[in-house]
Amino acid sequence: MDIDPATSIARFENVGLRYGLGPEVLQDVTFELKPGSYHFLVGPSGAGKSSLLKLMYLAHRPSRGLVHLFGHDIATAPRDALPALRRSIGVVFQEYRLLEHLSTFDNVALPLRVAGMREADIKRHVEELLVWVGLKDHMNARPPTLSGGQKQRASIARAVIARPSLLMADEPTGNVDDRMGYRLMHLFEELNKLGTTIVVATHNEAMVRELGHPVMRLDGGHMHITPGTKHGINSTATSSSRGGGL
Amino acid sequence: MIFSRRTDLPLDRDALSRFLPWLIAFMVYMAALAQAGLFGLDELARRWDTGMAATLTVQIPANPDANAAANARVLQSALNMLSETTGVVRTTVVSEQKVLQLLSPWLGVVQAVDVPLPRLIDVETNPDIKLDVRVLQQKLSRTIEGTQIDDHGVWLARLIEMVRTLEALAAGVLALIVSAAMGTVIFTTRTGLTVHAEAIEVLHLTGAQDSYIAKQFAGRAWAMGFKGGLIGLALAALTLFILSYVAERLQAGMLPELSLPIAGWVSLAVLPLAAGLVAGLTARFTVMRTLRRMI
Repeated sequence: MDIDPATSIARFENVGLRYGLGPEVLQDVTFELKPGSYHFLVGPSGAGKSSLLKLMYLAHRPSRGLVHLFGHDIATAPRDALPALRRSIGVVFQEYRLLEHLSTFDNVALPLRVAGMREADIKRHVEELLVWVGLKDHMNARPPTLSGGQKQRASIARAVIARPSLLMADEPTGNVDDRMGYRLMHLFEELNKLGTTIVVATHNEAMVRELGHPVMRLDGGHMHITPGTKHGINSTATSSSRGGGL
Repeated sequence: MIFSRRTDLPLDRDALSRFLPWLIAFMVYMAALAQAGLFGLDELARRWDTGMAATLTVQIPANPDANAAANARVLQSALNMLSETTGVVRTTVVSEQKVLQLLSPWLGVVQAVDVPLPRLIDVETNPDIKLDVRVLQQKLSRTIEGTQIDDHGVWLARLIEMVRTLEALAAGVLALIVSAAMGTVIFTTRTGLTVHAEAIEVLHLTGAQDSYIAKQFAGRAWAMGFKGGLIGLALAALTLFILSYVAERLQAGMLPELSLPIAGWVSLAVLPLAAGLVAGLTARFTVMRTLRRMI
């Protein structure tokens, strides 16, 4: 999907989310992600980070408020339009969510296959990317035989193979050692330089401080946004909770 | 293309779906028998209808006191009367040997009997001309006392009515089998959707359309339906062959000859394809309907 640079990638206005009849896990969340921005999403466990990501990668619809993705109002977008929007979004899940019966190659190829790409092109793209993430020798391996780091890389490869405009990662460094964690963050930095909008949910405050991108902090379902300290990155963003403006 | 061979979902590993070909095989077996019955009975009724509806049998009782020449005169006068009747196309006197043969279930196989035998005349009528059998009966009885006419049309109509009822029953059984097959596929597909909910969500989140997922279920169901159909058809063919062999040995005189028209054979041959198609389309419809409830 071509993204108009003037259009925000994601815009949330007074968004609330509750599961069933339970309490709201997100309350009056308002923010906007500009194309090419890079944000960290932080907060204690249970603060609603994963729920916010689920809204962003269209696994849920909000209970209230407005969610715009790539200029489309999710509440009114027809169901048939959602797959095309999802193809513009890459997600690195916390638990990888690789399909265990498929090889690494086939897992990474999924987004291209569902988009209807020709098998010859799929082979070329996937092999190229697997070489890049260091899984060349594990193309035919199934996820249960891969280490945590290898699964993580396969998961990232699957998230970026279709060149998404928005890449989200939920605790990507949670299950890997520090060295691997920094390598992954470097990978995200590179993708961001290529224009991909990035949102990384993490508990790693040291890394957040070090990289200096804007921080969206969730606490008790409310969001507070802190501007980034890093220069040169298109890190717009902003604001708020409890009905706060942008 | 609404079916797909390659699959991102491990549908082959579903314990329940492994039984599907056998369940479908059983259903196709029953369907093949019901269908063969349907076509066989239809053909039988059609043959009876065209072959016997325009025939009568005139029975002239034997007069034990009369000599052979007198009996021959009576027979001739009946034949004359019949030939003069409008609508009668042909008359054939049934030979004494044939009469003995018809009576053999009661008398045993004999070459001659001491008692005088009734004479039978097969009468072929013009189906386009309405012949009043009652008037003909009265006319013959006035001249030859005790003469009776068997109008095949009357009992044939009842027989055909019975055959048509059996046909309706067979069609009903066929409809039930198709419904049961669809129900089985719906159940196994829904189970598959539940078992693979996690993988389906991943497919959805990577941008898969419902039709992409449905195609995988449909492809699998089509393959299993077709495989089950082939097994069921092979078993049904064996059964029909054994039935036909047994019927032949029981003697054609006791059982009407049951044969299938070309359409019947074709309909049996396409059963595996039909089973695959019903299974595939049902699975696709079930998946599309179920996924529509998800975001």
